[in-house]
Amino acid sequence: MGDLGVGRVVLVTGVSRYLGGQLARILSEDPAIDQVIGVDIVPPKLKLPGMQFVRADIRNPVIAKVLGEAGVETVVHMGVIATPRQAGGRATMKEINVIGTMQLLAACQRTPSVKALVVKSTASVYGSGPKDPAMFTEEMQPRHAPRSGWAKDSSEVEGYVRGFARRRPDVAVTTLRFANFIGPGIDTAMTTYFSLPVIPTVLGFDARLQFIHEDDGLEFVKRAVLKSYPGTFNVAGSGVLMLSQAIRRTGHQRIALPEFLFTPFGRSISQAGLIDFTAEQVRYLTYGRVLDTALATSTFGHQPMYSTPQAFASFLARREVSVA
Amino acid sequence: MPNAKIIPIRGEEPIRPRLVDDLEPDLLARLMEFWAFVQRRLAGDYCVDDLGFDPEFNDKVLMAMMRPLYKSWFRVEASGLENIPDTTGALVVANHSGVIALDAVMTQVALLDEHPAHRHLRMLGSDLVFQSPFLGEIARKAGHTLACHPDAERLLRDGEIVGVWPEGYKGIGKPFAERYKLQRFGRGGFVAAALRTRTPIVPTAIVGAEETYPMIANATVVSRLLGLPYFPITPTFPLLGPLGLIPLPSKWFIHFGEPIPTDQYPKNAADDPMLVFNLTDQVREQIQQTLYRLLMQRQSIFG
Repeated sequence: MGDLGVGRVVLVTGVSRYLGGQLARILSEDPAIDQVIGVDIVPPKLKLPGMQFVRADIRNPVIAKVLGEAGVETVVHMGVIATPRQAGGRATMKEINVIGTMQLLAACQRTPSVKALVVKSTASVYGSGPKDPAMFTEEMQPRHAPRSGWAKDSSEVEGYVRGFARRRPDVAVTTLRFANFIGPGIDTAMTTYFSLPVIPTVLGFDARLQFIHEDDGLEFVKRAVLKSYPGTFNVAGSGVLMLSQAIRRTGHQRIALPEFLFTPFGRSISQAGLIDFTAEQVRYLTYGRVLDTALATSTFGHQPMYSTPQAFASFLARREVSVA
Repeated sequence: MPNAKIIPIRGEEPIRPRLVDDLEPDLLARLMEFWAFVQRRLAGDYCVDDLGFDPEFNDKVLMAMMRPLYKSWFRVEASGLENIPDTTGALVVANHSGVIALDAVMTQVALLDEHPAHRHLRMLGSDLVFQSPFLGEIARKAGHTLACHPDAERLLRDGEIVGVWPEGYKGIGKPFAERYKLQRFGRGGFVAAALRTRTPIVPTAIVGAEETYPMIANATVVSRLLGLPYFPITPTFPLLGPLGLIPLPSKWFIHFGEPIPTDQYPKNAADDPMLVFNLTDQVREQIQQTLYRLLMQRQSIFG
């Protein structure tokens, strides 16, 4: 876990989306990092003075050239897309997520200067279901493996990352499995869900939810970039919120639908473009999922600043500001 | 009530202060407390633990619903409470009977109400419980979790009182003729969990639950259709419909037996199957003996 030295070049994928952009900003402000190269398919909305933007598709081999020419030392993969809406369809999303990661890792493997890889993954790789243990630790296998969408892409991405770690044992690989991001700035399927005036839930079930505040999540990625912590870590704000409790805190109405109605209902509103309701999401909102974060907090020597209820409160506070 | 007088709430006369004066101060305080409770619940302003246990909801709603059953219907007599530690963890292992797991709920009430430290019993349930709508939700809120090694060890390590019913569905779904005969004790997973966390095992015997729903037959065709482990036929169910769901008012005894310590074994004792089998047998034997003793003492079923 030594320092990787000063004067480093860091490449961040997915910088045109919220978290990638925020991370690029934070890293470019850090004196320990010489240069930040941001990669994405579309140019970022916000101009980042400290970042060199390269418009490239990680699905094609151009990325290898960028890595080699700039002498990139650390690669941060933030480019896994969560919802089809962001990518323009599920097929494109899967291609960006899976083929993109494969290309990126292939390029990393060929580039001797790469010494560290940090991957933003998700807790949804654990799936969710009634046979789940109350809390997931990192070495546990999913009991209800995700079969579709972002969750499945992410478990495939993790698989390729493990393969890369085997082929390049000299590279420090950190995989961060985050609970759902929430906070004042970020828009996710979860924030859209909790912004619905009438929030549908599955009748007879009350999921345990966990959130990570966007600042905390980015802090963990930053720490993994600045100092190397090889391994896979669960990252989430402490504590849990029950779905019913979270809805009560929003002050919105809740409508409990039987499971057989919930899925078609979810599909129809996701087709209407209101919200992305994937099968995995429905399972999560039915059975919930909680991470054991002891390994991350002890290894990183850092605790998220916001607990799960506090992170949720910061999301609610944003909403009140925007209403006013 | 055609003659009922209508009292205007926002009338000329200030009606509220008089009403408040009339109330006993104690009752008023309780009403205020209840109102604050309702508001807190509606605002989502309460805490649950990582497993989804909602102590406020459990103590004030679920347990409150079960107390009359415990006190007046079954008139449960709990003994051996001194065998349950005040602050540290222990594994309560008990016999299972009575078609629906009322025995588990009554044990929970016993530990919460009658133990000097008001301990919460955290039970380990089957995945069928957490699959079922409503049941799974309530079980989580009452502090229970799935019967699996990680959860059992997590709770025991946190110093909780964990409850297991190793007979499982074989216990509650057995015919009335086999009452108080312990079934096979699973695979002894609970012993391994106790050994790994070095917590004592408290063998617990429950008498009375067998007679609540005397199961005279098991409709296997129906149970298979519904995907249930068994479908009970009792003298009143399904004959009397919903009335058949009322349990018979048998007199109950719950005895928490002498704890079996596990901290004298070496660290990797849980990996020694022979030791695990022996300890499982010891627990089973102790429960069976206590059951016989309690049955001898019992004057009559409904005493």
